[in-house]
Amino acid sequence: MHAFNYHRPSNVNDAAALAAKSADSKLLAGGQSLVQAMKLRLAAPTDIVDLGMVKDLAGIKSDGKTVTIGAMTRHAEVTGSAEVKKAIPALAVLAGMIGDRQVRNMGTLGGSLANSDPAADYPAAVLGLGATITTTKGTHAADKFFKGLYETALRPGEIITSVSFPIPKRAGYMKFKNQASRFAIVGVFVADMGNGVRVAVTGAGPCVLRLAEMEKALGAKFAPESVAGLKVKSDGLNSDLHASAEYRAHLITVMAKRAVEAAMK
Amino acid sequence: MGAPLIGARIPRKEDYRFLTGAGQYTDDVTLPRQTYAAFVRSPHAHAKIKSVNTAKAKGAPGVLGVYTGEEIAAAKLGGLPCGWLITDVNGQPMKEPPYPVIAQGKVRHVGERVAVVVAETQEQARDAAELVQVDYEVLQAVADGRLARAKGAPQLHDIAPDNTCYVWALGDKAAVDAAFAKAAHVTKLDFVNNRLIPNAIEPRAANGSYSRADDSYTLYVSSQNPHVERLLMTAFVMGLPEHKVRVVAPDVGGGFGSKIYLYGEDVVVTWASKQLGRPVKWTADRSESYVSDAHGRDHHTIAELAMDKDGKFLAMRVKTTANVGAYLSTFASCIPTILYATLLAGQYTTPVIHAEVTAVFTNTAPVDAYRGAGRPEATYVVERLVETAAREMKMDPAEIRRKNFIRSFPYQTPVALLYDTGNYDATMDAAQKLADVAGYAARKKASEAKGKLRGLGYAAYIEACGIAPSAVAGSLGARAGLYEAGEVRVHPTGTVTVFTGSHSHGQGHETTFAQVVADRLGLPVENVDIVHGDTSKILFGMGTYGSRSIAVGGTAIVKALDKIIAKGKKIAAHLLEASESDIEYANGEFKVAGTDKKKMFGEVAFAAYVPHNYPHDKLEPGLNENAFYDPSNFTFPAGTYVCEVEVDPETGVVKIERWSAVDDFGKIINPMIVEGQVHGGLAQGIGQAMTEGAKYDSHGQLVTGSFMDYCIPRADDLPSFQVDTRETPCTHNPLGVKGCGEAGAIGAPAALINAITDALGVKDIPMPATPQTVWRALQQKKAA
Repeated sequence: MHAFNYHRPSNVNDAAALAAKSADSKLLAGGQSLVQAMKLRLAAPTDIVDLGMVKDLAGIKSDGKTVTIGAMTRHAEVTGSAEVKKAIPALAVLAGMIGDRQVRNMGTLGGSLANSDPAADYPAAVLGLGATITTTKGTHAADKFFKGLYETALRPGEIITSVSFPIPKRAGYMKFKNQASRFAIVGVFVADMGNGVRVAVTGAGPCVLRLAEMEKALGAKFAPESVAGLKVKSDGLNSDLHASAEYRAHLITVMAKRAVEAAMK
Repeated sequence: MGAPLIGARIPRKEDYRFLTGAGQYTDDVTLPRQTYAAFVRSPHAHAKIKSVNTAKAKGAPGVLGVYTGEEIAAAKLGGLPCGWLITDVNGQPMKEPPYPVIAQGKVRHVGERVAVVVAETQEQARDAAELVQVDYEVLQAVADGRLARAKGAPQLHDIAPDNTCYVWALGDKAAVDAAFAKAAHVTKLDFVNNRLIPNAIEPRAANGSYSRADDSYTLYVSSQNPHVERLLMTAFVMGLPEHKVRVVAPDVGGGFGSKIYLYGEDVVVTWASKQLGRPVKWTADRSESYVSDAHGRDHHTIAELAMDKDGKFLAMRVKTTANVGAYLSTFASCIPTILYATLLAGQYTTPVIHAEVTAVFTNTAPVDAYRGAGRPEATYVVERLVETAAREMKMDPAEIRRKNFIRSFPYQTPVALLYDTGNYDATMDAAQKLADVAGYAARKKASEAKGKLRGLGYAAYIEACGIAPSAVAGSLGARAGLYEAGEVRVHPTGTVTVFTGSHSHGQGHETTFAQVVADRLGLPVENVDIVHGDTSKILFGMGTYGSRSIAVGGTAIVKALDKIIAKGKKIAAHLLEASESDIEYANGEFKVAGTDKKKMFGEVAFAAYVPHNYPHDKLEPGLNENAFYDPSNFTFPAGTYVCEVEVDPETGVVKIERWSAVDDFGKIINPMIVEGQVHGGLAQGIGQAMTEGAKYDSHGQLVTGSFMDYCIPRADDLPSFQVDTRETPCTHNPLGVKGCGEAGAIGAPAALINAITDALGVKDIPMPATPQTVWRALQQKKAA
């Protein structure tokens, strides 16, 4: 990788200030995508602002209605958290499916959301549960956060501080993995919020998306057979070496059905 | 003495250093005043090099030298040679286009070397490499071997019209055509044997250094055969006297064939070390490995099997196009011919076989031997045909095999090989038992009840190992001998160091060979050390590939041991005042037959080095012997694999439920190591069939250029293997050994694809049978 200046602030204000100083700076929030890109010389920031020592960005809190997770909380902490397992078991399951053990020990919730990789797992839970993303500049509703391929509503200099997940009545996540990268070819998060059902799909489109027809069908009856017959259109879905748009469309239905089964267990 | 050492599960001597990080790989070797090289590689599959501007790179911090094809040409460095001459159907030699160590005027595949930058640090070299400006005129590319000879296809080399290296054939075409004409049934398949990327865990690396003191070079290199590397580099490329070059292949982290060859990087760092008067090190990163290591396989084949009405095989006809990539790598030419077509008899009495192989150049990385090397491709042809034939003839796939097994040995096949021995019923019977084929119907029913599809597939493979009788190889075009050398040095106190020309890069020679030596000499195994991988220590060596180490290298050691024992008997006879013919050697003791008079091995060794009481008139002091062994035939390991899969029709995911492997490797020295080799081979074979496949797009860009897209199987992709062996000793080497390193990779793909096609009820499915591929096959079947 190219040489860069390394900064390790201890609070989020200093981090924002340091990041703002250079036009070509990057925040390091676990580094499981950024560092790889730097090693491949695809990214060459002049300044790296490591959020790893910013203590108040990490941690998990639950108040019975929402689970709030600090942006720098590692995937391994989420998957191992007794509070998350109790309140939103599907979220703990999802975090445990991200990457491998090494990735889960380094990667963070905030890093994943800010990067908005089209095949990342966390966006499915954030959109599927209708979470609220809190930043140094305010809050974002999940429905308005994911804008496109590697694109979010974050403005320059804005740092994610935490994410609040409403606790659903029941929820499930099913992921069909790319056998090489183990990223999601299709990942479906289904949440019965009590007052409605949300269905979010990652891996299939440019960014995570919701499926209104499935939400309606599951709202009427929360059961696998409600979605088993629903065919998803392949228009606009990703197509690559591993999965055509048609295969992805088919997998969305299969994974949605299995996510509902998981939620009902 | 304790239990016999041959056949003992002795833990690997080398594992302590590997598992505790004490291994010394090429990249661990850092010499005084070390410098580092980075290569500029072509981003294009096919382009003219209009100019290379190195000015900026030369001025970058830490840069010591920048060299392009121009400097290489000026230095009169030759191209990389091909070690096997194939003669085509018209009696003409194959086309051998120049393979420059750094591109000259044109690049022919993505990743080809265009320039090299040497700097004080690796980062500086890489930074400066980005500053080398190359002006390319991009040309149309052809990556798919099937399109290489099409009208209007881009032409790679002036001397190879229609991108054709050779059209070669083996077998009696007229007899085959006649047999097909009267066949009751013909089974035909048309498939691709997918291109694979080796991915040794240690990437290639080379560290060259020049000594002004004695005008000599030392090259540390991650290689499977340091002597061959030296021979090719000195005699054919650099024009250096061999005795002025030392090649060391220290610990090597896997090769699978990809480190047999002489690569341009090895030559460049060696040459540059003299230009700069400093050692030059290069270590590939994984991205470089993907585009620049020699790949494997890449055949397109149309294969036909003719049978009578009872399923007796009458003839086989095979037509293959082999994509050899942009240039001929060291052994590229013999893999799809000599190591492929000669194996098409398999385990069967098929009386006549004809194979025609067309080797084509394309704008892709060179293709050469990769674990199995030709024999997996041949086994895939034979075993897919046989299984498909059984289905079409409504016969049990095991029965059709038994109906055609060779049972009388030695057996001359119609494709040149002479099988010395084998017992194919034994491995088939054992594999069927191990696989509980009898219980399969019930398991299939249980799967169906869950909405799953279940399938069972066989592969009864054969391979030719112990490569090779030099005279035979030479008559077939080899430009090297294929013997092996060994030296046994007994130290004055009776401990032993053995020097072998075989090379261990994961095979466990330090243990297996030590067992052979300790067993033969009746010594504790810890008294024996094995040294390999250094041309300055070892007599000579042809290296390790083709499952040849124990059969050829091991035999060379045995021959040297026999000389040690013979000399020891002479010394003992003198010490014991007995006739040499009365001395017997067993369990580490030289004994006068029928008496209790004896000398221990260590006493005899000591006498040899402290020869106060010694037959000086008849014998030299010392106890050190060497031997070369050139085998009289190949060895023929064979076996049967049975694979059982369960398919999820909703997603196309295939789960391997059971894998039973029964191999006949002849005599086995260390069953634990053999099992490890089988497991590893099976994993690679399963990888080929289910997960791995190199893909180039129509512009010649490698789409699967990293682990993100190229899927090496992980532990959770694999079942728990059930493995067993049967022993039919090889008849022509003293250990009765055959070799085991490649079997798994040879037999696995056919067994797995046979199982998947059985589960799906389809005739064929392309490799790798990924979930999408399986799902598509089911959709097509539904639509049909």
